[in-house]
Amino acid sequence: MNINLTIIGQAIAFFIFVVFCMKYVWPPITGALAERKKKIAEGLEAADRATRDLHLAQEKATANLHDSKVQAAAIIEQANKRANQIIDEAKEQARAEADRVKAAAQAEIEQDANRAKEALRAQVAALVMAGAEKVLEASIDEKAHAQLLEKLSAEL
Amino acid sequence: MGFWAINVDTMLWSVGLGIFFLWFFGKVAKSVTSGVPGNTQNFVETVIEFVDDNVKGIFHYKNPVIAPLALTIFVWIFLMNLMDLVPVDWLPYVAGQMGIHFMKVVPTTDVNATGGMAISVLALIIYYSIKQKGVGGFMKELSFQPLPKIFLPFNLFLEIVGLLAKPVSLALRLFGNMYAGEMIFILIALLPFWIQWLLSVPWAIFHILVITLQAFIFMVLTIVYLAMAHDDH
Repeated sequence: MNINLTIIGQAIAFFIFVVFCMKYVWPPITGALAERKKKIAEGLEAADRATRDLHLAQEKATANLHDSKVQAAAIIEQANKRANQIIDEAKEQARAEADRVKAAAQAEIEQDANRAKEALRAQVAALVMAGAEKVLEASIDEKAHAQLLEKLSAEL
Repeated sequence: MGFWAINVDTMLWSVGLGIFFLWFFGKVAKSVTSGVPGNTQNFVETVIEFVDDNVKGIFHYKNPVIAPLALTIFVWIFLMNLMDLVPVDWLPYVAGQMGIHFMKVVPTTDVNATGGMAISVLALIIYYSIKQKGVGGFMKELSFQPLPKIFLPFNLFLEIVGLLAKPVSLALRLFGNMYAGEMIFILIALLPFWIQWLLSVPWAIFHILVITLQAFIFMVLTIVYLAMAHDDH
């Protein structure tokens, strides 16, 4: 084994070969690797983001649920209040109506009583007149006594 | 040198490259993260994914040995072949300065290296054939096909030749390709030094394909042979 120019020749060839690899072989390989790495990074990031979004959405949903519960409670309370109010109003109205009807009935009764009294009064006067006529059996000056009788019937 | 000689250069280079493979992949495996991979992890993952895809596409049985075996075969053979691209006289010259006057740098240009791997594959083929089908099943496979049972001796002869042809073809294909490639580099090195690059550079560039392809073929054929060993006829 003796050293000669062959070794220089091989060095030249090797140098060219290495340059070729650097220019045309290495970049596609590293490019593919970099792309793969980027894809993985993006995938992981997307997964993280999705998890975060999910958490946020869950929190939002919980908050919404809470809000709507509070709102529902308020609405129910309001409805109850309103119902009570309506019942009270109805009661009030019913009472007023009842009072009114009662008053009307009373007024009517009173009127009827007055009318009956009036009629009775008239009849009493007639009866008294008839009685007196029978008792006296005499002709009576109706005109003279009418005034007296009227006074009497008014006192009844 | 008779049969009992050992090619120390082949042994040292192949074992050294094997250790380098184990060290490199082991180092990455230890520091592996489930997050965004670093550059080396990314590279190792790509290689493993590539091998795993091939194994999954070819080998449909459950066997935890096949994928690591395929990875080892692919990477190890690739590394051994890669030594072919180092200028053909450099490392032997360094060895010569240290007093070693003959050294083969590319282990796969030694038929002992490729043959050793191929014989290991043959051993695995026989092992898994017997494990899957039993001794009787394996014997039946060797003797009762492709022709009817009466032609048993003929079948046996044919099948054994077929079985032995697998490792022989594996070993000789790899050895032949690499040896021829190396031979051409050596022949080019005999040209005047100022013209060498004209032939050496295209051949080296072409060799990038050859070394990858040969490692890939050895791996794929190993997987195919082992899948066939698992197949029940």
